[in-house]
Amino acid sequence: MAVFSRAFHGRREQDPALPPGQYLTEDFPVLSAGPTPPVSADDWSFTVTAESGERHAWTWAELMALPAEEPTVDIHCVTRWSKLGTTWRGVSLDVLLEDVDTAADYVLAHSHGGYTTNLPLEDVLDGKAWLAFEFEGEPLEPVHGGPVRLLVPHLYFWKSAKWISGLQLMLDDQPGFWEELGYHNYGDPWREQRYDGD
Amino acid sequence: MAGTALRRRLGHRRLTARLVETRDETATARTLRFAVPGWPGHLAGQHADVRLTAEDGYTAQRSYSLSAPADGEFVELTVQLVPDGEVSPYLVRDIEVGDEVELLGPLGGWFVWRPEQPGPVLLIGGGSGIAPLRAMLRARSAASPPFRLLYSVRTPSDVYFAGELDSPDVTLLYTREAPDGVERTPHRIDAADLTAYGLPAAEEPTCYVCGPTSFVETVTGLLIDAGHDPARVRAERFGG
Ligand SMILES: Cc1cc2nc3c(=O)[nH]c(=O)nc-3n(C[C@H](O)[C@H](O)[C@H](O)COP(=O)(O)OP(=O)(O)OC[C@H]3O[C@@H](n4cnc5c(N)ncnc54)[C@H](O)[C@@H]3O)c2cc1C
Repeated sequence: MAVFSRAFHGRREQDPALPPGQYLTEDFPVLSAGPTPPVSADDWSFTVTAESGERHAWTWAELMALPAEEPTVDIHCVTRWSKLGTTWRGVSLDVLLEDVDTAADYVLAHSHGGYTTNLPLEDVLDGKAWLAFEFEGEPLEPVHGGPVRLLVPHLYFWKSAKWISGLQLMLDDQPGFWEELGYHNYGDPWREQRYDGD
Repeated sequence: MAGTALRRRLGHRRLTARLVETRDETATARTLRFAVPGWPGHLAGQHADVRLTAEDGYTAQRSYSLSAPADGEFVELTVQLVPDGEVSPYLVRDIEVGDEVELLGPLGGWFVWRPEQPGPVLLIGGGSGIAPLRAMLRARSAASPPFRLLYSVRTPSDVYFAGELDSPDVTLLYTREAPDGVERTPHRIDAADLTAYGLPAAEEPTCYVCGPTSFVETVTGLLIDAGHDPARVRAERFGG
């Protein structure tokens, strides 16, 4: 049974481009669990570790040498803001995972600063995820995960790990930082999968 | 990091909360005390999502820190009015004792202080960011390790929980206008303030920083510069 809040008159139009419970913001709020770690492009690197232990690594210069794309996507934060039509520049994970030999079904993204988040492997393939290093034509700011963050726009934004340092391929799923702390394991904004049990 | 057992303990519920008491903190902020039958208790620092439903079924939901420690089936939220906002004006101005909202929580297991946690605690809040820090301050007991609170406010009339903060462990850092008798000239928190009123990095305090994003960015940066281990710095950003 719904609980009505007397004298509350909702007045915001729900834009059909917005998933349920989200509101539109024009600025770009910052949310992270701790301080912004200082990561410079010079010491940034990205490592994919397969379940066999085999490693593939890229430096900043090597990432820059790969073909980049400019996805324009909507992003949705679990704290309820959404931004529509954001443009990024980055390398598709399809490119980075092309030569990786794996039977894994899951990945755990690792970040500088110790943050982790888990995703099904299929959610980062087929043009669904990027390593992004530009936002709206500018280098990605440190507070937003610069120099390089994961961009997985179809899931709540905590899955788009800032300051990404690597992907660990896993046969079995393993929850990451927020997933351990009661947030939803998958995080589909269109199904409002915010918290464990939603 | 936490395991599955913890996740279960932190499992949230969606409950009906009835407003039983309000207290004005400032001209634009008030503390709301709700009776919430079935509330499972919470850790200092956790938050809850408030869901409002209009008569036509329209809903809006926002996060608010629990501003008091666990107290049976009662919870307190302290809300700052965001002009133009959809939810905060309702909570600060319109809702009356007896009215009901839905509460989802408790939520969040990172920005929390646990009584069994060892080591001193440094709390640094700006504006409404005092809310979860006040819960931590009130959750401590005589046996707790040292606590220190730095609270950044614009002017004396912007202080929340004014009656409770008169303690040697609490320093109010005025940014625009200070009351008579305060020596520190009003300015935004800086490295010298951390040295003068904080706890040294050598004592390895767990640091909790809460407030608007720009405040949190500044303060966490100052803490790292002062030698605090980033792993011991926890932040909650309210947006803005
Ligand atoms: C974990 C968490 C805990 C929080 N705890 C508290 C608390 O204890 N006390 C408290 O007062 N607030 C707290 N907040 C902020 C709160 O959730 C709301 O964002 C705030 O009350 C504004 O909501 P609104 O509906 O009034 O404004 P909205 O209708 O959401 O927005 C109004 C205008 O302000 C902008 N805006 C949106 N969100 C924010 C924001 N967070 N801050 C500033 N401007 C914004 C919008 O772009 C818009 O222009 C917390 C937020 C989080 C994520």
